[in-house]
Amino acid sequence: MKKVVAVLLISLLTACASQTKKSDAEVEDKSAGAKPATEAPRATTEAAPTLNPLTDPNNILSRRSVYFEFDSFVVKDEYKSLVGAHAGYLRSNPNARVLLQGNTDERGSREYNLALGQKRADAVRYAMTLSGAKESQIESVSLGEEKPRASGHDEASWAENRRVDIRYQGE
Amino acid sequence: MTGIIYGFPRIPLKAILMQVRLRRFYSSAVVLFLWLSGANAYATLNIEIFGGGATQIPIAIVPFAAEEKISQSITPVVAADLQRSGLFRLVDPAGLRPHEPVEVSYPDWVNRGAGALVIGSTTILAGGQVAIRFQLLDVAKQEQLMSYAETVPAEQLRAAAHRIADMIYEKLTGDVGVFSTRIAYVVKQGKKYSLQVADADGYNAQPVIEYTEPIISPSWSPDGTKLAYVSFENKKPVVYVQHLATRARKAVANFRGSNSAPAWSPDGSKLAVVLSLMGGSQIFLINADGGGLQRLTQSSGIDTEPSFSPDGRYIIFTSDRGGSPQIYRMPVAEGVSRSAERLTFEGSYNVSPRYSPDGKSFTFIHRGGGGFNVAIQDMATRQVQLLTDSRFDESPSFAPNGRIILYATEIKGRGILSAVSSDGRTRQQLSTQAGDIREPAWGPMRRLQN
Repeated sequence: MKKVVAVLLISLLTACASQTKKSDAEVEDKSAGAKPATEAPRATTEAAPTLNPLTDPNNILSRRSVYFEFDSFVVKDEYKSLVGAHAGYLRSNPNARVLLQGNTDERGSREYNLALGQKRADAVRYAMTLSGAKESQIESVSLGEEKPRASGHDEASWAENRRVDIRYQGE
Repeated sequence: MTGIIYGFPRIPLKAILMQVRLRRFYSSAVVLFLWLSGANAYATLNIEIFGGGATQIPIAIVPFAAEEKISQSITPVVAADLQRSGLFRLVDPAGLRPHEPVEVSYPDWVNRGAGALVIGSTTILAGGQVAIRFQLLDVAKQEQLMSYAETVPAEQLRAAAHRIADMIYEKLTGDVGVFSTRIAYVVKQGKKYSLQVADADGYNAQPVIEYTEPIISPSWSPDGTKLAYVSFENKKPVVYVQHLATRARKAVANFRGSNSAPAWSPDGSKLAVVLSLMGGSQIFLINADGGGLQRLTQSSGIDTEPSFSPDGRYIIFTSDRGGSPQIYRMPVAEGVSRSAERLTFEGSYNVSPRYSPDGKSFTFIHRGGGGFNVAIQDMATRQVQLLTDSRFDESPSFAPNGRIILYATEIKGRGILSAVSSDGRTRQQLSTQAGDIREPAWGPMRRLQN
């Protein structure tokens, strides 16, 4: 419990202290990653100390998906606390490594969608580095439209598939 | 090859194609083929023609002498090839069975409406090899157009039949036949992905590699001995090159981030690949063995789907640098200005470009009001022609003679392969017995084995 809270505090502090820098990814929303983890502590209050924070369902770190609008790679405000919490975890666990997998819906060219998924993963990586995670801890890759979580051919399925998944090494 | 005589009253190809009409057609024929092919161990592709015109070359093909005794009859393969091209109409021999030119009564064939006549024979030799001989005859002029003989092992009878179809096609149309070529594609069945290679008529489908993770973007080496492709078996896209004969394979682009969209240089020495290694998705050159990394494009956005010009001097590719995905061209050689020139301007989504074999045009996917369609654009005039009217077309690739474009499309939610003539006038559908089929790539020319 203490550790988790400490992690999150560090995340807050480092997020504020981190320098903004130009990213290769075109993040249209200039505030992306600037206000991380504001809601994070609330989610940890019921965490049992023996649980792995990454898998504890009451811990925000167990949430692993960031969703996107159609044809967009902007990290929406509602996911900034989630992204910030993971950045904080990486910051306080320097040996942790994370794989960000970008996904798209099924419409259009497979290779172009692969590149679009990469832009989404890069946007999350950028937000995480702004919150203090090291570049070397994060690999952003794309699965494009190849690994849909929802198999339907409707807007609900497409929305589910426009997302970045956060996977820790060893998972 | 002997006895090549010109003078067959050729119907000009353009005149034929002017009258070939495209018609829409749905899946009853496909269902029949699915049922017929149910017994095969591997998904065999079946091909149905949708189109064809009134002014096709009328050709009669007489079953070769003794071909019912060999393991694979020759003439049914030849007839199917020629018919599939959309440029021929099969004339029923109706009981006539000449096997030698001296046995041909030309007036009988004139009466049957044949313009060209194919006769021949097969002989099983000691050791199981088969000697094949055929003649192509001009019915109107009562002349022999060509004569050919070869001896092949029994397991190469289909290949020999495709070669014969190529020779007939070339002689009568003046164009290069592609019946001896192969195609590659990916079949998704349940959770299994299978990269397969088949003959251009869909037979002899063989899995190259099978995984429970996706495989995309197969690309043939120019000599037809290797395939490059993208596999997701390691939680991210990695580019592999695999030898078809030995099955040996190597990860040639497995850099940090995503690795995808392999395209061979025409001399086979290099691959253009798309890497996110240095941010964004950018096009790089690597040696075919994976070494010698060199960056080609420099943009802050997406540059992907490279395709080399036949002379190797340019690539065309998809880029969103102008705000929407469009097709650009840039020189490849070092020391020249590598500024990219935008090629497409119609619409807000033009992707997946592939150079034509003569370099004078490119095919691509254009999103219009009705969906994603195969289009072709002339390099010089920039004129665009839409070739299809379906909803979800993807991954177009040219046959090595430039006459046909193979692409993936969808019928009732199931992925299938289709082919359209590069003038848009004839269309074929290819199907498998089950599964989603996608990511087709038409292989290069194979050299005649004499």
